[in-house]
Amino acid sequence: MTDIAMPGAPRKGSLLVRDARTARRNAAEARFRTYGLIAVLLGLLALVVLVVSIIGNGASAFRQSYVTVPVTLLEEKLDKSGTRDPAVMAKVSTFGYAPLIAAGVQDAMDAAGIEIEGLSTKGAGGIVSKDAPAQLRDFVLSNPGLLGQTVDFTFLASGRIDGYFKGRVTAQTAALDKNVSPEQLLLADALKEAGALETRFNWSFITAPDASDQRPEAAGLGVAILGSFYMMLVVLALALPIGVAASIYLEEFAPKNRITDVIEVNISNLAAVPSIVFGILGLAIFINFAGLPQSAPIVGGLVLTLMTLPRIIIPSRAALQAVPPSIREAALGVGASKMQTVFHHVLPLAAPGILTGLIIGLGQALGETAPLLLIGMVAFVREYPSPPIDGIFDPATALPVQIFNWTQRSDPAFVERASGAIIVLLIFLLIMNLTAILLRRRFERRW
Amino acid sequence: MPALWIVAILLALAAAGYLAGRARAIRSAGGDRRNMHSLPSYYGANVAMTVLIPALGLLVLWSLIQPSLIERSIADDIPAAAIGGDTTLDLMMADVRRVAGGLDQLGTPTLITKPAEAPSEEFLSGLREDLGSVGVALASDIAPGVFRAARSYQLAEANGRFWMTIAVLGVGVLGLAAAYAVTNREFRARNVVERGILAGLILCALIAILTTLGIVLSMLFETQNFFSQYSWTEFFFGLEWAPDFRGNSSLSIIPLLWGTLYISLIALLVAVPIGLFAAIYLSEYASPRMRTYAKPMIEVLAGIPTIVYGLFALITVGPILRDYFALPMGIGESASSVATAGVVMGVMLIPFVSSLSDDIINAVPQAMRDGSFGLGATHSETIRQVVIPAALPGIVGAILLAASRAIGETMIVVLGAGAAAAQFNRGLGELVNPFEAMTTVTVKIVSQLTGDTDFASPETLVAFALGLTLFVITLGLNVLALYIVRKYREQYE
Repeated sequence: MTDIAMPGAPRKGSLLVRDARTARRNAAEARFRTYGLIAVLLGLLALVVLVVSIIGNGASAFRQSYVTVPVTLLEEKLDKSGTRDPAVMAKVSTFGYAPLIAAGVQDAMDAAGIEIEGLSTKGAGGIVSKDAPAQLRDFVLSNPGLLGQTVDFTFLASGRIDGYFKGRVTAQTAALDKNVSPEQLLLADALKEAGALETRFNWSFITAPDASDQRPEAAGLGVAILGSFYMMLVVLALALPIGVAASIYLEEFAPKNRITDVIEVNISNLAAVPSIVFGILGLAIFINFAGLPQSAPIVGGLVLTLMTLPRIIIPSRAALQAVPPSIREAALGVGASKMQTVFHHVLPLAAPGILTGLIIGLGQALGETAPLLLIGMVAFVREYPSPPIDGIFDPATALPVQIFNWTQRSDPAFVERASGAIIVLLIFLLIMNLTAILLRRRFERRW
Repeated sequence: MPALWIVAILLALAAAGYLAGRARAIRSAGGDRRNMHSLPSYYGANVAMTVLIPALGLLVLWSLIQPSLIERSIADDIPAAAIGGDTTLDLMMADVRRVAGGLDQLGTPTLITKPAEAPSEEFLSGLREDLGSVGVALASDIAPGVFRAARSYQLAEANGRFWMTIAVLGVGVLGLAAAYAVTNREFRARNVVERGILAGLILCALIAILTTLGIVLSMLFETQNFFSQYSWTEFFFGLEWAPDFRGNSSLSIIPLLWGTLYISLIALLVAVPIGLFAAIYLSEYASPRMRTYAKPMIEVLAGIPTIVYGLFALITVGPILRDYFALPMGIGESASSVATAGVVMGVMLIPFVSSLSDDIINAVPQAMRDGSFGLGATHSETIRQVVIPAALPGIVGAILLAASRAIGETMIVVLGAGAAAAQFNRGLGELVNPFEAMTTVTVKIVSQLTGDTDFASPETLVAFALGLTLFVITLGLNVLALYIVRKYREQYE
């Protein structure tokens, strides 16, 4: 390029014939363009790999193996006194129920004519989830009249058997695993053929509470979804009015002075403060200072509110700003006060934009994990929180924290659960963002 | 009376006040609105506001102050001899509070009326069982001193609640009477109401400031606590991170900062080229059609929660990097490593860099491009020699913002980077090996503050010092970045 400008060095040859330098420059142009395209494709590829990896790992969490077992509720085991008094029967612990289930599996084997060498009755019972005895006990205690009869129950299969049908467990790994034996896998195959074992959609993954490390098959998201929902209610109830009020003040009323400047800089900086810092704030102020309970959705909701506020204020201000001044002037012109102008005319016109910002802010709050770890939402919670308003003070977990919790457990079945939970989380986020996009499409006005 | 009931009564009072005030104003104007200063609803709103705001304010204030007052007076009553051994005043007060709460649930009037009366042994152990049945489990039998304190706590609380109810409702009624009295057609109700609303708006806007203050003060306070137990020179300049909850820990930030910066560097090495080239391509080359599809798709990456990236690092990227890079090269065998966390974090940051750079590149005036084309430059030459230099300050700002995100990121590093701090005594090789597990400031904040924590030990308090350092670093980067971006925008607008 520089030599073009040089005087006295006329260009050799025709302008229309490509010389070596033009070819080089064109090649550089093509290369540069390709780099850009590659970068875009890499970005898209990352998205695809991420989504495929999560769905590939997690889709199977929504299907689960169930075993149907005829259990004989032996009176001499469950109610020695014969009084049918639930208080007396409650003294039989779940350990008393486990042999009945094992015997039931044995019965199912006999009925289907399955014989497997080297498999004891207890071993046969091992294909049923460790959660089953508790389930059976609850059933018997609430229906003592059925004692002595044989009832067909459908239990979850144990995590390893379930893993076998999902390809996670094979005969080779089972031989090395103390939780499952190759014979049990054979039995599972045989039961499946006999129709006593089936794999079907698993609603309890979405509704059941968490389960301990030993029984991944029973772990569900019920408490976590409820906890996240409560937190979103708190965030909605606090962040919407406060955020909108703050943006109205800053956009419509604030005089241009030092204090307003400080508030504005503050808000844009708060939006970029690492989320974990808000966790520290919540721990120090809401739990240690104000004495609110740990693991409660109210604390999580408060922390997420503080975190979400700037992210709601910024789009709300943009929405207010987008309302043309002519609207304000017209309202003032017919005698409305400043406050009436804002609340009767500007705010309704800005509402769709504010709502869009709010939904996106809520979406970010829903997926936030780090601050919740610090305020004790990682606790193992099996009880559902009670309905609001009391429920927001009860211990609960949150969806993203439950995912984190499952990744920290040793059983590989929990990786499947965690990925499945992420699918649930992403579906929620997808719904929220689609709503926001639709709202924008439907109501956005260009002035 | 529970606070909820008080609020309900106040609301009812406010509603009645609204109607009464409105009616009185209309009456004073002889039923003709044109004689009134404001619209009738403003007179009503004024009365309702005067009922609610002072009363609710008092309610909140009282509820905040009463517990600490009662506790102080109770704590004074506990004999010094009862404290000591394995218990402290704090632990004892916690017991007192729990017993008092349990007694409330049991409904004690049938038991003992006078707090001074000495309770018998059997009574106390029986009480422990009763308390257990309402969900207040106690580790040992209740000491007589604790029981007495709990009783007086309970009485004082009931007393306080009674007076609070009277005071709050009294203020409400007074407000109603006063506002009702001034209501007539001349009264400037709209101005008063609007001033009240404006005050509310200002209060909401101040919450942002309060949050920042809360962050800074809470961390400063605990950090000061930490530095009273641990030398600050050790914290900032020591080279070892080895917390030990039995005491004698080495708590230095340098190894953690090293991990943080190293991971952030790798993340930026991934995100900046990809994000920048993607932004250039999308804003300069791509057809409008491609732009409408590709840009939102890349921005989806920014909307995915970080826990998802964390799991992605843990189950997909980590094993791939280990099996195809680290193990064949023999330089690491851990799936969680600096590279894992860095690469995944880089992916997360791509949309940050790309959409910010995109905005900035688009803001470069078209005239500059046209000038360059007119001189015969190719498109890429224009971009490299005209557009990018013009946009450079903004791009630097975007990169700084991305860096601040990377430094403060938590979940990806918790799941992808490992828990072992960098060790400076093992030589440089391990320090710079990207396939080595390494931990960061944020990971250690999480690990020191989760689980059973004792807020008196330096091992826990160090998390606040780490948090404050993190806050200061990210804040500095943000302020710098915003300053640069703003400065740059002004140049072309």
